[in-house]
Amino acid sequence: MAFVQNFPFMSIILSLFAGPLSSVLGGKKAKWLNLAVISIIGAMSVAVLVFVAVTDEAFVYTMGHFPAPWGNEIRVGILEAFMAVFFCLIMLLCMLGGVFEREEEIEDTKQNLYYVMVNMLLCSLLALIYTNDLFTAYVFVEINTISACGLIMIKQNGRTLEAATRYMIMSLMGSGLLLLGICFLYGLTGHLLMSNIKEQVALLHAGGEYTVPLLISLGLMSTGLAIKSALFPFHSWLPDAYGYSTLSSAAILSSLVSKGYIFLLVKIFFRVFGFGIVRDSKVVNVLFVFGIAGMIMGSISAIWENNIRRMIAYSSVAQIGYIYMGFGLGTTAGVIASIYHIVCHAATKSLLFVAASGLTDVSGDSTKFLDLTGAGYRNKLAGVAFTVGSLSMVGIPMFSGFISKLLFAQAGMESRNKMLLTLIALAISTILNAVYFMKTVIRIYTPVPAEITREKGYITMKARERLPKSAALICFIILNLVLGLSSEPIITLFRRGLAMFA
Amino acid sequence: MNVSNLLTNYEEAIAMILFGIGFSNLLLQKNLIKKIIGLNIMDTAMYLFLALKGYIAGRKAPIVTNGVQSVEAYINPIPSGLVLTGIVVSVSVTALMLSLTIRLYRRYHTLDLDEISVRLKKEGL
Repeated sequence: MAFVQNFPFMSIILSLFAGPLSSVLGGKKAKWLNLAVISIIGAMSVAVLVFVAVTDEAFVYTMGHFPAPWGNEIRVGILEAFMAVFFCLIMLLCMLGGVFEREEEIEDTKQNLYYVMVNMLLCSLLALIYTNDLFTAYVFVEINTISACGLIMIKQNGRTLEAATRYMIMSLMGSGLLLLGICFLYGLTGHLLMSNIKEQVALLHAGGEYTVPLLISLGLMSTGLAIKSALFPFHSWLPDAYGYSTLSSAAILSSLVSKGYIFLLVKIFFRVFGFGIVRDSKVVNVLFVFGIAGMIMGSISAIWENNIRRMIAYSSVAQIGYIYMGFGLGTTAGVIASIYHIVCHAATKSLLFVAASGLTDVSGDSTKFLDLTGAGYRNKLAGVAFTVGSLSMVGIPMFSGFISKLLFAQAGMESRNKMLLTLIALAISTILNAVYFMKTVIRIYTPVPAEITREKGYITMKARERLPKSAALICFIILNLVLGLSSEPIITLFRRGLAMFA
Repeated sequence: MNVSNLLTNYEEAIAMILFGIGFSNLLLQKNLIKKIIGLNIMDTAMYLFLALKGYIAGRKAPIVTNGVQSVEAYINPIPSGLVLTGIVVSVSVTALMLSLTIRLYRRYHTLDLDEISVRLKKEGL
């Protein structure tokens, strides 16, 4: 066994121990520890990705040397390793981008507690990505929820407390349904490891036994994870949670936390049930309908919103809708489009949050739409970054959003009875996206007279004044262009990774 | 599908009814404490369901005291392990929810979540 194969387990344990360690360190030290841990885990994940891509074979790491049906397992393929690398990268950039806001908004004595939460969040995300055991996945889903709740409520005001409560209530309902689904599946198959369950489910399906309980179990798990990742009718907690929490939290929550659940759902579809059974079960059609509803309704709510942070949050609802629509198509091409959109949305949404905070910094800390007039001239880098993010979300060629829209449209063309609906929904949603994003871009590039600038206390900020944020913004812009301009190798990687899932 | 199946597996049916009661309380109650009670009913229903999945009639808990090591003598221990893990998760989540409730109550002197939302809108933060 190669030494690299220990890395997935090591990265989970490293972040798990960094959490409690941060609680006894001071704020500054905890910050550096956190940055170091994320970077080390990112580097280890790159090594794992290279290893898996070269050997072209997924490997299984048995925990505690107990063999398959009894022991707990970690399983690593190309897709898992890629997601680990990508999540680490985005988390690092989000932490860099929000460093000033954190020091301003969080009480001094609670600084280190924030890093406890971030480390635990990273640990749970990695465990969700790598684990091969359904019950372990459930436990880490709960850890993920608790640490995400901590990230929301660390900035203490009435809004964040209420948002955290609403978030917990919705999440607990979701995890209750997920646990019920897992219990049903355990009762039917007698296994908890994904590979063993899949064998048994295939046998049951071939024999035509227990079709209704299998369907119910699949439905419960999909609904549970859909609630947790804020699919359309369950999104009521999202705008408050993203709109009022501190910057790094909002960026991490929107780009990583919901994506962890969605990735678990992909694993359940492919590694637990097998995509053929999922497609025949018609559960995907339900996801398709709600995905399309989310695409339209999320964008409409965003158009009406008067607060830039909440507008970006509502746009997340629309983008989650896209991802579920891709699952709903019921083809491998649709799932690949969804996975690409997970990556694209994570890169773009965190860019938008960080850029929007750069714009509000120079506008007297107001998130109101009218106060942002001309902000693009006062903070040039943030203005450019916001424009890049907007163009990417609307789907202009060269930027990452275009590629995922293209993939969705291509996947839609393959499906006979969903083609028309997919294309119409994509078209409408693109127009709605353009309405609210272009409205904002035009607003931030509308010049303001000098006397209003003085009266409202607007300031001008150079890129080097807040160096970490500027560095994060530049990295995000480059990441977006890379995803938009050289998508082919990444898509090939996803295709190989998805083939390894089976 | 007939009613006699439901009667022979009445324990599972009860667990599901309890799950429904807990779930709808968590979703529909306005009072935060009642919501948390709903959460606990929901989780307990799950433990009942899991414990039933592991139980085999006429066998004992898998603790070797009288030297009997045959597999036939004992029930399936895995669901019991899952229940224990589930209890740990449920306790920590309940503690978090209660602490949030205390924070909200100190600030707004009410447990009604809708009332709190209305006041937040008035504050206009």
